[in-house]
Amino acid sequence: MKEIVVISGKGGTGKTSITGCFAALAENAVLADCDVDAADLHMLLAPEVIKTTDFISGNEAIIRKDDCTGCGICMARCRFNAIETTPEGKYRVDLYGCEGCMVCVEVCPVKAIDFSPNHCGEWYYSHTRFGPMVHARLGIAQENSGKLVSTVRREAAAKAEELKKDLLIVDGPPGIGCPVIASITGASLLVVVTEPTISGKHDMKRVLELAKHFSIPALVVVNKWDINPEMSTEIEEEAVLGGAEPAGRIPYDRVFTDAQINRRTLVEETTGTVVENVTAIWEKVCRKLK
Amino acid sequence: MIIAVASGKGGTGKTTVAVALSMASSEPVLYADCDVEEPNGSIFLRPEVTETEKVLVEVPRIDEGKCTSCGKCARFCQFNALVSLGSPPLVFPELCHSCGGCEIVCPTGAVSWKKVPIGEISLGTSDGGRISVLEGRLDVGSSLAPPVIRQVKSHIADGVLTIIDCPPGTSCPVIESLGGADYVLLVTEPTPFGLHDLKLAVETVRELGMPFSVVINRFDEGDSGVEDYCGDEKIHIIVRIPHKRFMAEVYSRGGNLFDAIPEMREIFSEIPRIIEKGVEVK
Repeated sequence: MKEIVVISGKGGTGKTSITGCFAALAENAVLADCDVDAADLHMLLAPEVIKTTDFISGNEAIIRKDDCTGCGICMARCRFNAIETTPEGKYRVDLYGCEGCMVCVEVCPVKAIDFSPNHCGEWYYSHTRFGPMVHARLGIAQENSGKLVSTVRREAAAKAEELKKDLLIVDGPPGIGCPVIASITGASLLVVVTEPTISGKHDMKRVLELAKHFSIPALVVVNKWDINPEMSTEIEEEAVLGGAEPAGRIPYDRVFTDAQINRRTLVEETTGTVVENVTAIWEKVCRKLK
Repeated sequence: MIIAVASGKGGTGKTTVAVALSMASSEPVLYADCDVEEPNGSIFLRPEVTETEKVLVEVPRIDEGKCTSCGKCARFCQFNALVSLGSPPLVFPELCHSCGGCEIVCPTGAVSWKKVPIGEISLGTSDGGRISVLEGRLDVGSSLAPPVIRQVKSHIADGVLTIIDCPPGTSCPVIESLGGADYVLLVTEPTPFGLHDLKLAVETVRELGMPFSVVINRFDEGDSGVEDYCGDEKIHIIVRIPHKRFMAEVYSRGGNLFDAIPEMREIFSEIPRIIEKGVEVK
């Protein structure tokens, strides 16, 4: 099975719109949305959820206030400044600051700190008009987005295996940190969607360095290329220097917004240059995977 | 006053808004780029960098002479950063959160610490010294943005108008960036994706109990979903930025909002005052 991951570095360059097109154009694929804190792919693909599973990951520390003696050892040992004093001279854990390391639980001399499994979100197995899809929702202000991303990818790969699908198409998160690393390690190919702006170029360079760091081949798509044609050329040159291959350009077009509003992929919404360009890019992706 | 500029969805114009707020102010202002995975503020503010420092995190070093291969450290570690197979543990520094737990549970004192770099902070000035520009930058290949964000925030002083440019999303890097801010501006765009992610961002700031309002970028393109939602939820829309293709072209070359739409400067210069009137500042 092959796995392609669509990423961008910079947000808002068109990752999800392009992933939606790939989903429509692919013939035997499983789809996955790994942008777990701002997942949008489901809005184009209208998944019918077949199974919902709780995502339990890590633990959270909770001080039982009746047992707390107010010694303050937990606060002194916490490296995340996640322990606060209460008006009664005792201590409590700020759950937004807590990283679940268990140090306070270990050092509390009267064992007054519980460490219960943390419900961080849920993930779904769904059917869409283009095939099976695995997606997720991270709870608000939760940790462990990287682990949820890994869960989505693992479950999507298992479904692909079970259903004899030969391709996994993944919509990735923005950035270069933990959820992105969790989305790309071990993938067959990255499709980096960028835009011809200084920010787009800056962010693409960092993503291509990351691809190189993990030795994953990458293709670069320049979306909205006609906003700045010179910059589009620079970006493609930069992509080659960064070890990637330009895969094509897509013009700036309002149809991206219209397709979202109509809850359709671009290839269902329209015909013409945008669709021709995206189709040509998809064919290039397929050739590259062979 | 500290104003954080955030959004659920990426690419809605957070940096455009944060830079515009910094430029429109006539007072001294600190712009702090907490989008450490992809910091872009410097592209528009072009600071003269005066100082840089490394972001170092501590990871365990195992003294194999003292280690008895008991495996307690590896069993304790909640992040799987230590693996022991009946031997002194292997350390996976990229998974380590530097919590110190392994040292605490080691019965023979075999754990000490070494510092490894994961990013860089730079300090500089722009606009003849009026704008201080603080940037955090995560090293490529490092996964943990929060320690870099914490170090950026350690440079924020009281009493200066501070604009925090947050990363996209709703998880730990965003929570870390929002901490300590007096007010949040949520930047969105009037599209279904923009609205969906705005709702997540609103849930996040409400959960944190922070006062906020919404900035709609490209308000005249797309649909009425964001306006309707804000109306229903009684969320104040503090400013609407028009869409102009020309704006996208100016932005592509590193130009700022006022290069494209000069009349927005006065509106942005008023925003900190409007916020201050409406919110009790710590």
